[in-house]
Amino acid sequence: MARATSTQRRWVVTIVAWSVGLLIFFPIFWTILTSFKTEAEAIASPPSLFAFEWTLENYGEVQERSNYFRHFMNSVVISLGSTLLGLIIAVPAAWAMAFSPTPRTKDVLMWMLSTKMLPPVGVLIPIYLMFRDTGLLDTRTGLVIVLTLINLPIIVWMLYTYFKEIPGEILEASRMDGASLRDEIIHVLTPMAVPGIASTLLLNVILSWNEAFWTLNLTAAKAAPLTAFIASYSSPEGLFYAKLSAASTMAIAPILIMGWFSQKQLVRGLTFGAVK
Amino acid sequence: MGSISLKQVSKVFGDTTVIPGLDLQIEEGEFVVFVGPSGCGKSTLLRLIAGLEDVSGGVVEINGQDATRIAPAKRGLAMVFQSYALYPHMSVRKNIGFPLKMAKMDKAEIDKKVEGAASVLNLTDYLDRRPGQLSGGQRQRVAIGRAIVRDPAAFLFDEPLSNLDAALRVNMRLEISELHQQLKTTMIYVTHDQVEAMTMADKIVVLQAGRIEQVGSPLDLYHKPRNRFVAGFIGSPKMNFIEGAEAAKHDAAVTGVRPEHLSLSKTEGTWQGTVGVAEHLGSDTFLHLTVDGIGGMTARTSGEFDVHHGDRVYLTPRADRIYRFAADGNAIA
Repeated sequence: MARATSTQRRWVVTIVAWSVGLLIFFPIFWTILTSFKTEAEAIASPPSLFAFEWTLENYGEVQERSNYFRHFMNSVVISLGSTLLGLIIAVPAAWAMAFSPTPRTKDVLMWMLSTKMLPPVGVLIPIYLMFRDTGLLDTRTGLVIVLTLINLPIIVWMLYTYFKEIPGEILEASRMDGASLRDEIIHVLTPMAVPGIASTLLLNVILSWNEAFWTLNLTAAKAAPLTAFIASYSSPEGLFYAKLSAASTMAIAPILIMGWFSQKQLVRGLTFGAVK
Repeated sequence: MGSISLKQVSKVFGDTTVIPGLDLQIEEGEFVVFVGPSGCGKSTLLRLIAGLEDVSGGVVEINGQDATRIAPAKRGLAMVFQSYALYPHMSVRKNIGFPLKMAKMDKAEIDKKVEGAASVLNLTDYLDRRPGQLSGGQRQRVAIGRAIVRDPAAFLFDEPLSNLDAALRVNMRLEISELHQQLKTTMIYVTHDQVEAMTMADKIVVLQAGRIEQVGSPLDLYHKPRNRFVAGFIGSPKMNFIEGAEAAKHDAAVTGVRPEHLSLSKTEGTWQGTVGVAEHLGSDTFLHLTVDGIGGMTARTSGEFDVHHGDRVYLTPRADRIYRFAADGNAIA
């Protein structure tokens, strides 16, 4: 009896999980599918699932009309740059909060996180003006700075959580062994926190890669990453679903592939400390 | 080199005073054990010497020099932690060599020293393993290896054996004592286990609530406890304390008799009691009794003494081994 119930339950759970998974994946799947249709088929009603004439025409046209590679490189530089800069700032910050906390540490962490609750558009104008006056508009440097600042609270929080799991005695042992603060962070703390740092890095690359609000508002031509590349297809001429889909597919493909290969690391990182 | 002296050292955490201010002199080459119940401040005291905690007041001198504000790394001390605190991502070789690497020592020199330490500690076959692949005793030895390669002025041990099982604990206790004989370096050892303290120490420091209750050699403390706390803490099984009329006979508020200073007889003696539990160890017999007019007592006799639960026995305290304490707990000379 008990076994029958548990089998039944497993079936239900499996079906629910698959449904949720497919539901989440469907828009991406539909985008990819649409990218292989002609513009006419893309807006046909009812839409056809597979019974259409497959074409690569959209990809060709997108490639011709805009420089994918330049946008791609901008995305790479901006997301990696902001992630690395963020880590350089966040590792010492999280170290300090995890290993020499003060009564105010929790408040500082909450305050940092609270900056994420502010709608970004609330600070768009001041930031835009500052960027204009300092010549950072439409530069990769400018985007690296703004994305670092946007994601820093999350990086600090994640690292703080991982560092909390490292026994303080090990760091004290390294201090007794003659390690300077720098040695302690480089030789002991960082290697022990590698899984955590790696998943923080991955998550942050993904967040920066997908960041659209700031990249669209602060770039024009030179520093525009892939988000701007996609947006350029939903423009004045009206919507061209097939080309838009082709552009989107090209934009998300690199990060999708990266996510696929690192999913184990990501899941491990995000659930770190949950079970022990 | 390795003398340490504490002058009016105190430690306060927030509103809690852990150590109200104490003086202690540790001579070069001594094996000093800090012992006391948990929460007595013994680990804090060790961490103050190590520099892992800042003192709230007073001076820590190492080799005659003020080290109060010197970073732990620069004090020339090595510490072995209760949790071993090995670096999990490094091999045994790298763990032991880490302090030398931090001292910017030459690679060949590091290898030589690591191998030397490993052979002393029987770790040669495990040099390329990670700490996770070692047993508790081996991990403890790696932690000790990491300490000895540095030739420190003194070793600090923070309850190093409390994570080991009983048999291993006895072995490691011997190994540490032997190491002290070999190296002749000052060692400060923290434990709550008075047997470890008695067997290893040249000098025992008994602490309670951050205060030093008594400092002396193990036998000093055993024979001449300064107060009731030390008398009860040192010795196993614990000293029996007797209050009331029986104590008044000796002009004391409390008298104490160690279990081994009670002679047992089935026929005659000063007191009579009923056996509650009899522990027959072969070499010794421990009796937990209820003595008429006094209460619970423990008696110890060597060899076999054939009594069981419910039997009546006589006890006689050795007249020259009755300890007397005043109402404030201090011993009466």
